Amino acid sequence: MKDKHQIRLSGSGGQGMITAGVILAEAAGVHDGKNVVQSQSYGPEARGGASKAEVIISDQEIFFPKATAIDILLAMTQEAWDRYSDDLREGGLAVVDSFYVKAAGRPNVHALPLSQSAREEVGIEIVANFIALAAIAELTGVVSKAALEKAMLARVPRGTEDKNRKALEIGYRLARGAKG
Amino acid sequence: MSADIRLLQGNEACAEGAIYAGCDFFGGYPITPSTEVAEEMARLLPRHGGKFIQMEDEIAGIATMLGAGAAGAKAMTATSGPGFSLMMELLGYGCMAEIPAVIVNVQRAGPSTGLPTKGAQADMMQARWGTHGDHPAIALCPSSVAESFSLTVKSFNLAERFRMPVQLMLDEFIGHLREKVTIPAPGELEVYTHPRPSVAPGEYRHFGDGTSVGGAYAAMGTGYRFNITGLTHDPMGFPTGRTDEIRWKMDRLRAKTDDHLPELVDVEREFLDDAEVVLFAYGGGARTAQEAVRLARARGIKAGLLRPRIVWPFPDQTVADALAKAKAMLVVELNQGQLIGEVRRVNQGGTKVVPVLRYDGEIITPDELMTAVEANR
Repeated sequence: MKDKHQIRLSGSGGQGMITAGVILAEAAGVHDGKNVVQSQSYGPEARGGASKAEVIISDQEIFFPKATAIDILLAMTQEAWDRYSDDLREGGLAVVDSFYVKAAGRPNVHALPLSQSAREEVGIEIVANFIALAAIAELTGVVSKAALEKAMLARVPRGTEDKNRKALEIGYRLARGAKG
Repeated sequence: MSADIRLLQGNEACAEGAIYAGCDFFGGYPITPSTEVAEEMARLLPRHGGKFIQMEDEIAGIATMLGAGAAGAKAMTATSGPGFSLMMELLGYGCMAEIPAVIVNVQRAGPSTGLPTKGAQADMMQARWGTHGDHPAIALCPSSVAESFSLTVKSFNLAERFRMPVQLMLDEFIGHLREKVTIPAPGELEVYTHPRPSVAPGEYRHFGDGTSVGGAYAAMGTGYRFNITGLTHDPMGFPTGRTDEIRWKMDRLRAKTDDHLPELVDVEREFLDDAEVVLFAYGGGARTAQEAVRLARARGIKAGLLRPRIVWPFPDQTVADALAKAKAMLVVELNQGQLIGEVRRVNQGGTKVVPVLRYDGEIITPDELMTAVEANR
């Protein structure tokens, strides 16, 4: 496995991209012991508008903190895909929400029913971000599942643990299906 | 005990550093992108026996900070662009009345409302000259989340020792960046608290000889009588119009930094010994330079990095020494060119001084900086 991974999680404000970025960074950094930086970009509005979180995970010290050539891209909306898919490096991997995003014409794109599974199996769409994180973990191994669960449970409101754990399981399952 | 390792935002690390330094008062008004500093202080201060006050605006925020500082608290406030502008008059009051305190400015792009959620380093000259009148300035720029912690501690130490407001000039890039930080154990970093006077109250002079830097001074309300005012004053703090006393006061203020320059130099030097192309960078913008200097070395270019952590007072001698040995100095800033004026001021020889600037709310990329390095190798 290469020693530096540049990951961008993108969607619209309110979809939990920054929360997902923080949890991914905490999992890889604090629990898996890697070097991590996490940054974000968002507009002045609290809901809607483009939102992205970036995480760089490396065995080496990380100097420049922003992603320049994306290894792993998550796009939860068409706007996010249209805006960011060009930054995906050749050979990079993408996970997109199959309900909201049409991402034809690129290899290594996994269109998964992230929001749909969240609605149908968990009953709330808000956990789609955690389904996506689990799918990324399963597909890339960039973070360990144990670390991901630990970091997630430390950041979610008490009483929501079961729903969020279920989201991770859905993500792993969808990704295993995608791997074939 | 195992190490306390956490993923923290630069703003959160700043608040943690303040608590570590013994900060026991925060007065301010939240503003993006500094809000997390206030949020964390509101959460942490009550647990540590301190007080948090959210005021009606930034002017009131800095006023409470100065009041608390004069009353013996280790006090701070945090703001950004528009709030920093509002604080300028009372920053000068803090200098004149010689009150220790820490002002955090998490810089965003301006002028005016500008880009609230985007970063910049465009308040660097405001930190030096934003308040009117001749006055000393001490300002620090962290380049990482870990430094946001350690330089906040240092800011409090310098405020206590130099008995004046110190400015921690964060920027949105570092303020909102999350990195893994090992929280220092108690005692690992120096925490300085100024001594209290030992003379009898009747003999105490609040602005007396030896009280300016490193000396003992009293908190208001502890039995020592003195006056504080924004008017130019005598050693007891009472207004004066006497030219000898005016000169005494103004020289006293200037001497705070001018007579203690060696202890106010805090510069990171990387690969400078044989460097022909020197990158001068600070704060969030230095992250690009740290990457680029390594890329350049890998390409066989003799590049080095000069990164001041304390930017005011400007490290004249350190920069002059690097300029004397370099062919070119590339000044990396996230503004339209501010500290480059200082670099040009101290450049006595024929060294080329080249601006590498970005002011569109984004950070300079390593590729952009490498283009400039290649052009000046």
